[in-house]
Amino acid sequence: MPSDSALPHTTVPKPRLSQQTKRLTLLALLAVFAVGLFLTLGVPSGAWEFALSFRAGKLAGLILVAFAIAASTQLFHAATRNQILTPAIMGFDALYMMIQTLLVFGLGSMAMLDIDPMTKFAAETFVMMAFSTGLFLWLFTAKSRDLHLLVLVGIIFGTLFRSLSNFIARMIDPNEFVVVQGAMFARFNSVNIDLLWVAIALTALTLPVLWHMRHQFDVLALGRETAIGLGLHYRRVMLSAFAIIGLLVSVSTALVGPVTFFGLLVVHLAYRLLPGARFAPTLLASSLVAIVTLVGGQAIYEHVLGLQGTLSVVIDALGGITFLYLLLKGVRR
Amino acid sequence: MKSPALHMLLALTSLVIMAALSLMIGASDMNLGAVIRGEGDDTLILLASRIPRTLAIILTGVSMAISGLIFQMLTRNKFVEPATAGTAESAGLGLLIAIAFFPAAPLLAKMSIAALCAIAGTLLFLRILDRLPPHEPLLVPLVGLMLGGVIGAVATFFAYQADLLQYLGIWTTGEFSGVLRGRYELLWITGILALIGYLYADQFSIMGMGRDVSITLGLDHRTVMWIGLIIVSVTTAVVVVTVGAIPFLGLIVPNIVSRIMGDNLRAAVPWAASLGAGALLLCDIIGRVIRQPYEIPIGTIFGVVGAAVFLYLLLGRQSHAVR
Repeated sequence: MPSDSALPHTTVPKPRLSQQTKRLTLLALLAVFAVGLFLTLGVPSGAWEFALSFRAGKLAGLILVAFAIAASTQLFHAATRNQILTPAIMGFDALYMMIQTLLVFGLGSMAMLDIDPMTKFAAETFVMMAFSTGLFLWLFTAKSRDLHLLVLVGIIFGTLFRSLSNFIARMIDPNEFVVVQGAMFARFNSVNIDLLWVAIALTALTLPVLWHMRHQFDVLALGRETAIGLGLHYRRVMLSAFAIIGLLVSVSTALVGPVTFFGLLVVHLAYRLLPGARFAPTLLASSLVAIVTLVGGQAIYEHVLGLQGTLSVVIDALGGITFLYLLLKGVRR
Repeated sequence: MKSPALHMLLALTSLVIMAALSLMIGASDMNLGAVIRGEGDDTLILLASRIPRTLAIILTGVSMAISGLIFQMLTRNKFVEPATAGTAESAGLGLLIAIAFFPAAPLLAKMSIAALCAIAGTLLFLRILDRLPPHEPLLVPLVGLMLGGVIGAVATFFAYQADLLQYLGIWTTGEFSGVLRGRYELLWITGILALIGYLYADQFSIMGMGRDVSITLGLDHRTVMWIGLIIVSVTTAVVVVTVGAIPFLGLIVPNIVSRIMGDNLRAAVPWAASLGAGALLLCDIIGRVIRQPYEIPIGTIFGVVGAAVFLYLLLGRQSHAVR
């Protein structure tokens, strides 16, 4: 990995580095295979042109979502020094939906219709970044807080946001509530293509920042005292981390809706595949795992099993079991 | 507290006032004079809709608060309740199974299947709790929430495949607007169970001290545990089947009561019952008034209020511990 070879005093021994490269290459190949499956599986002859152009848009959306969820989860783990809580478990997708409904409620649905969807999306993302950063800083910069308390508080915040956005949605127009309720399930089979370009642009903004700050995130994961002792500008790095998380959560929620446990699942698979690796290679691994799971899973689900839309439910059940396992394992350690 | 009897009287008076309000408020106008004169549809509205609804709210509030109290004794943890520890989700899964496989069965049979599933889910939760260390109190609600989430995901998947997704809403969001005469009477079961819970209050208090202590004190720990388990599970199942889950009610009411009253369960039960019924009545009245003529389901309102109070309890506890 270039990130590791760029470090002159790296302590990672050579053989592990090559193992890392090997595993990442394997993952990349798997991801390419998954993409191939997604694009070609079950296309009726003669419809290739239509199918490819139709599926390419969905594919781009899914890859974007995979990256956004993996990166936001991993960044959250580094910033909060825990590996159980994720932005999705904390209900930040619900916070985004709450902001969406709040904007409709505040401005009125007629005014919202006049606004260009891209401007609207950008505005929502901005509000989301500000709001979530404030909340994260309040919760996580307190000096010593019990991890279980934080996880519990996070989950209850999730419930609060979900109930609040339900509540506001009902206040707008109870008759249209069904539409909102439909959006409260994740839907991998119908990616919101209209927002694809602005979502790609917003996500692309984070890439140079993530790359530039990758070593700082490694230091951040050592904890507040150590990080400050090592000369890290702690507050500024935390702020950027939480702002990026807010943006990425907005992107993935706007495109497919809320997915509670997906991030936890893929990031922990990446931790297992590259034990002890640094931020950048782990991010590459978790993104690739996310792409393999999401794109490959969707291809198999849609075109082999012929099931619609329940992939997110299966992922959530698996992720919930992973979460229970991590909790109970953490106790025994 | 100087005169508990006086306080109880005040509490009951405000409960009666709220119940009277609940009888008067609703989408269609109802004139008390017309009821007395026996004119028009007003008597019908009162007898068929308003009285059943108010009774259903009171029964649900009382029984959920008491079963929350008992559940906290069973698990020896203040931050759990049946609606957030897998019991409600198991009951919902049972209801879905009953609807899918025995669509023609009477409601009582469906409810029994839901109750059996609720008992199984609660047993599973208690089994997991045995493996948790006693010095990590916050791990208990976490594991409960996650267990509930996993069972809920299984139920969602099942509902999706069996094309029963619309039934999912029945138990995920509690709502009293569908309560009419003939559709709430099962809730009287919860009232009876709450009464049994009150009679066994002292035994539950002793059980809350732990298995070893309670056996030393001469308690038939196993039997009392099963009585508690059945009261909690069946109450939850009945509430889920008739009105839907109301999260946090069974959690915050016992916590508020124990902050004021201490941990004497027998003294706490009447307070928990009246506070539970009062809180539910108030939230239901708000839900009926705030967006007339539409209604906001009580599960949504209680989700907001309950989550906020629970957060306050959790974070307030933290600052106590620091000081």
